[in-house]
Amino acid sequence: MSVMLAIARHEWSRLFVSPLAWMLLAITQLLTGLLFALSLTDLSLNPQRIGEYDGVSELVGAGLFRFATVVLLLVVPLLTMRAFAEERKSGNLELMLAAPVSPFALVLGKFAGTMGYLTVMWALIGLMPLSLLTSTPLDVGLLAAGLLGLWLVMAAFTAVGVFISALTREPTLAAIGTLGALLLLWLIYALSTMDWQPVVLGTTLPLADAAEALSLIGHHDALLRGIFASADLLYFVIFTACFLALAAVRIDMERH
Amino acid sequence: MESDFKLRAQGLTRDYAGTRAVDGVDIALAPGEILGLLGPNGAGKTTTLRMLAGTLAATAGTVTLAGHDLAGEPQRAKRHLGYLPERPPVYPELTVDEYLGFCARLHAVPRRQRREAIAAARADCGLEDTGRRLIGHLSKGYQQRVGIAQAIVHRPDVVILDEPTAGLDPNQLRGIRELIARLSRAHSVIISSHILSEIQATAARVVIMHQGRIVFDEPLGGTSAPVVEIALREAVTADSLTGLDGVAHATALDDHRWQLTPAPGCDIREMIAETAAGRGWGLLELGAARYSLEERFAALTSRDAPPREAAA
Repeated sequence: MSVMLAIARHEWSRLFVSPLAWMLLAITQLLTGLLFALSLTDLSLNPQRIGEYDGVSELVGAGLFRFATVVLLLVVPLLTMRAFAEERKSGNLELMLAAPVSPFALVLGKFAGTMGYLTVMWALIGLMPLSLLTSTPLDVGLLAAGLLGLWLVMAAFTAVGVFISALTREPTLAAIGTLGALLLLWLIYALSTMDWQPVVLGTTLPLADAAEALSLIGHHDALLRGIFASADLLYFVIFTACFLALAAVRIDMERH
Repeated sequence: MESDFKLRAQGLTRDYAGTRAVDGVDIALAPGEILGLLGPNGAGKTTTLRMLAGTLAATAGTVTLAGHDLAGEPQRAKRHLGYLPERPPVYPELTVDEYLGFCARLHAVPRRQRREAIAAARADCGLEDTGRRLIGHLSKGYQQRVGIAQAIVHRPDVVILDEPTAGLDPNQLRGIRELIARLSRAHSVIISSHILSEIQATAARVVIMHQGRIVFDEPLGGTSAPVVEIALREAVTADSLTGLDGVAHATALDDHRWQLTPAPGCDIREMIAETAAGRGWGLLELGAARYSLEERFAALTSRDAPPREAAA
């Protein structure tokens, strides 16, 4: 446990002494901040649009969180490529493999360190809609569900990234691979919106339902609409745990 | 006997995609011993050390560290191990203190002892004044020292250093040599190198590897019996020399000069003098030739070297 925390702390402090992490934080803030300002401007110019949504919280909050997910798609691969691929390339992974650390503690430590950084990013994004509390009543429950969803999406993306990072010794390859995998998760959601019901051997395959159940974005969408279901929560927990376990298995195979 | 050794490897073997990189290596390391692992490039030194450090699984064979089996209870065994890989595993963006702090936590050094452990490791490695400097700003020699400090910060029983002197200038080299000699007071050390003088300067025992096998394993410092060179007036046959008690090989250097290799542990000088006098060979010269490690290394590791057999 203490070793896991040591690795998490190490990962976190290394992120904050690297220009990459600060640059990513700055660009994410710039992009999400611009979108936040734009949606507020849009709202003040066309106040009648509020009727189509569940108030300001959904129009501004959920819109912002959806956009943040897209930004994360690009940010997370750049962070997780450092976790194992870069360490392997620099030879520093040997340091941890020769230390009395189990592969699980190693993977969890790396994951926790990266999540610590992303949580800072998450808090900064969350503060934007919450700042409206000073001027208008907000549906805090809706925002909380959306924020929880955003954090869970971060964790799931990071788990995928850590796993792919554990597969290779080229950081760029890890980044591209993670980006591809995350976009693929996105595509599965697109499948669920298609009206396509293939019939195989006389039975209609529930393709759309299956795609929605599997897709990360589908589960996130429910949370963005303010629906807090334990099924969605469990989906994210299982998804994240699976990829972290796969990463640990891969690191254990490192010696062979 | 098992517990007398800090590290013991038996029958270590490693295959890479069909080729055998390391074949049946046995190594035992006594407390406080410095063992030099010598071999030409590609002899399997790094592969062997990685298996000893547990970062590479052996295809066959076992490693025991301070009584713990490395494959069976890796976490326990690795607590007694400090390892410096070929490339020092340092983070250029961290300061020396931050880095050593992480390594101490990684090896579960208790919080209260951590500060002292870091200070002691820095003092041992001559890094007293560099605690707050970024590792990336240090010279290669100092980065190497940081790598060694990392390996000893948790005071392990066994320290494994893979080519710790590669790429250093002569002054840095001397510094690292002194450091390794100091380490042997509290740790058992294995160092590898392909440079003979490095091993001679530091190690008490030398193991030479060639093509994945151990071809030589002896203490340094002339405890082995010397090879004897003699000059005789009379012509004798090789058989009459190898027939003598304690003579393993006899090689003719020219018509009258012979080189006699003793059987392990035999000093044959006196016996040769008495026999030559008794049989009337006319002993003109008798000298003990202590072959340097370099000559033995060359003989053992050059692929085309003729075996030392009696010349007909």
